[in-house]
Amino acid sequence: MNPIVPPATPVTEAELHAYVDRQLTPERQREIEAYLARRPEEALRVEAYRGQKRELQALFKPVLEEPLPQRLRVAAAPPTPWYLQRLVAGLAIAVVSGVAGWGLRGSYQHESGAAVLAQRGLPGAITMTSATGFARRAAVAHAVYSPDMRRAVEIGADQESQLVAWLSKRMGATMKPPHLQALGYALEGGRLLPGDKGPVAQFMYHDSAGARLTLYVSNEVTDAGVKKPGENNQQTAFRFAREGQVNVFYWVNGPFGYAISADADKAELARVSGEVYRQLETPR
Amino acid sequence: MVAWVPRLRRYARALVNNRDDADDLVQDTLERALTKSALWRGVADMRAWLFGVMHNLHVDGVRRPKLHTVVLDDDTPEVPVAAAQGERLAVLDLQAALERLPVEQREIILLVALEDMSYAEVAATLGIPIGSVMSRLSRGRARLQSLMDGQPDTVHLKVVK
Repeated sequence: MNPIVPPATPVTEAELHAYVDRQLTPERQREIEAYLARRPEEALRVEAYRGQKRELQALFKPVLEEPLPQRLRVAAAPPTPWYLQRLVAGLAIAVVSGVAGWGLRGSYQHESGAAVLAQRGLPGAITMTSATGFARRAAVAHAVYSPDMRRAVEIGADQESQLVAWLSKRMGATMKPPHLQALGYALEGGRLLPGDKGPVAQFMYHDSAGARLTLYVSNEVTDAGVKKPGENNQQTAFRFAREGQVNVFYWVNGPFGYAISADADKAELARVSGEVYRQLETPR
Repeated sequence: MVAWVPRLRRYARALVNNRDDADDLVQDTLERALTKSALWRGVADMRAWLFGVMHNLHVDGVRRPKLHTVVLDDDTPEVPVAAAQGERLAVLDLQAALERLPVEQREIILLVALEDMSYAEVAATLGIPIGSVMSRLSRGRARLQSLMDGQPDTVHLKVVK
């Protein structure tokens, strides 16, 4: 008695293409191989399509190996803004800024030609000496919380809206953390800390290697709290300080003081600070 | 982000067949991607997202016809056209044949061949159903083959709106 052979599932056009592109289960692949063995014209068509793929890959492979044009390199990784590049080199730059504080959409007035290059040694110059109280507190907060594997933050990035709501309420202004993925940092979360007289917000980030970076935001920093005696009161200056093992970039903008702390080097901090500053300028 | 650039360039070059136009497209894609960096955390498939940004930019750039035309859906049969009198049926090389394909077929063939994307990934990148991916892939490959064999080209019907 002949065994009853169940009819094979009909082979569809889509499956022939899936066969070309190896997107079938191994079992179905074998069935289609058998099907094609009995249909030479279809087998030729499938082989032609395989050939198209190989030729396309060969035709365009050289593009992968071309050196990148400068403009694309720049578009993919925008460089440190000019006002921070020289800071990295050891000179301080004062930037005139009319930008309103964090999260507020004030009008942005940029007075052209008003950027002043302050050199070391001149009156009112910023020197890289020990941190003022504000920067020191930021560095200590970084040193205290960044080694924690499990309790580095109080509210995690997975509950960002709660974090923002809580910090904004306590700080009296919108506290939205900047997004630093373009620089390789992921937001872990944040917490509230005691500052000099009131609360301070701290946001913690980490890079793919696990190195941490914190952003410390205070609304009780006055220019007098950050600037040294005799300094010009009209300008926002980016400052750098080193407190123990921690590097800190900090600045005052309107009613807020910001500090970025990390173990990373100055150039890296400058890049991050530039991006944070840039995001504050852009209405969101 | 820099790591993505060579592959974006390769796809752009195959799509528009002109080095400067292709690099313009890549530059626009990178700039658009960076302005949307706030979204990255929620993106499961970065490749589909990036190539999708490029696809949208390309479509917007190309969509400036004098007459506003609408491409008929994927089920519309394509009509073979007899060669005009005296017209030589050229056997086209791959590059030339690729250029003659309608862009919606070309994109899919390229994403599958160059990026080795699964059909689901192609569908996600282009924002179309998998069924459309399969029918355009099938037509595209058939058309590419007949162009390279020197067969008469089919007409791709468009309706003037």
